[in-house]
Amino acid sequence: MKVSYFPGCTLNTTGKGYDTAVRASAAAVGLDLVELSEWNCCGATFPLIIDNMLELAAPAHILVSARAQGVGGSAPLLTTACTTCYNVLNRTNRFIREHLDERDRINSFIESDYSGEVEVKDILHLLRDDIGFDTVGQKVQMPLKGLKVAAYYGCMVLRPPAEVAYDDPDNPRSLDDLMASLGATPVDYPHKNECCGAYLAVKAPEVTREMAYTILRSAHSAGAEAVVTNCPLCQFNLDRRQREMTQLRAGFVPLPVYYFSQLMGLALGLDASGYGWERHYVDARPLLRTLGLWNG
Amino acid sequence: MRVRLTAESVHNELVRRIEEYSGQDLMACYQCGKCAAGCPVAFAMDMLPSQVIRYAQLGLVETLLESKTIWLCAACQTCYTRCPKGIDLSRIMEALREIVMFERGSHINYDELLPEDLAEWPQQAFISGFRKYAL
Repeated sequence: MKVSYFPGCTLNTTGKGYDTAVRASAAAVGLDLVELSEWNCCGATFPLIIDNMLELAAPAHILVSARAQGVGGSAPLLTTACTTCYNVLNRTNRFIREHLDERDRINSFIESDYSGEVEVKDILHLLRDDIGFDTVGQKVQMPLKGLKVAAYYGCMVLRPPAEVAYDDPDNPRSLDDLMASLGATPVDYPHKNECCGAYLAVKAPEVTREMAYTILRSAHSAGAEAVVTNCPLCQFNLDRRQREMTQLRAGFVPLPVYYFSQLMGLALGLDASGYGWERHYVDARPLLRTLGLWNG
Repeated sequence: MRVRLTAESVHNELVRRIEEYSGQDLMACYQCGKCAAGCPVAFAMDMLPSQVIRYAQLGLVETLLESKTIWLCAACQTCYTRCPKGIDLSRIMEALREIVMFERGSHINYDELLPEDLAEWPQQAFISGFRKYAL
């Protein structure tokens, strides 16, 4: 199955390893990601001021590129592995479909005639519904036996539910189910959909540290030895300040924070050397070595 | 605190701007407090999310413009998802930030950002941060 692919800024830079792993593991299960021949930053936030059309120009331009590329089924299909990009692109697409006057203003600005023809789907959604986790499971070469992992969803694929959610916003399962299909043991815990602080990291890093601490402590209390996520900003916020947490909080146990595609690539028996392991703040390899899951 | 209320002081120009920018009906809120109970950043705020909307209902917007809370909302939309009246409080927070920045300029000083932070942050962190803290 072929689908247009939007990497986004983060997966092209600090999240390069995530991107490499996404492309390789998607291809291995029959999902052919065709990168857009032309793309720009999506803006990384959906504007919350009613009359802010200018911020919709950038994501609208990406949707126009996806329409021009025309890859997909009955409608051109666009996917991304950055949950923020997914949120912005999907909400913009819906907005353009539903608001005719604003659509005209956006189109006149970007010199197009886009009316929402593209379908935007998060990559996890595609893997679940279009490929199937059963199919993924059948291709596993090295089951992730013994890996007790807490799936962390963050906000962007869940809220606002009416516009973006393909999973239960209060009790999401898709990432847990993917981990189970790879042979890992997903651990249930109450903070899987609690915000990590997102861009507050820029102005209030001590606040995001406390938010991340709450999530990590919850995961650890539930028996997790690692966290897995599908959002590059969540990965950073959860991973970055664990050294400080160790200094500030007695008994804090650091947890490696994986991208789902790193674990997927490993389980599928792919060459995982380019998956950005060296960029993690809490070394993500020792746990895998201990469990006999490291092939590098 | 003793507050004197009149029709004009309650529905003043700043309140009308919040309604216009956010598209939200402030009077729909009946102060159940679910937004404050579920807010993951409430621990760091000087005013609870439910208080923000209550002050706006009473026309006390100046207090809100001085609060830390409006800069700590991460727009995670947990409050909106749980609000029994369907109020998108994150839009009200954004309206308040915009009102402050229209008056005083951006809330972030690019010159103060450290090169090592810029090299380390995921792109989406500073792009979304700049969009929230700058005009």
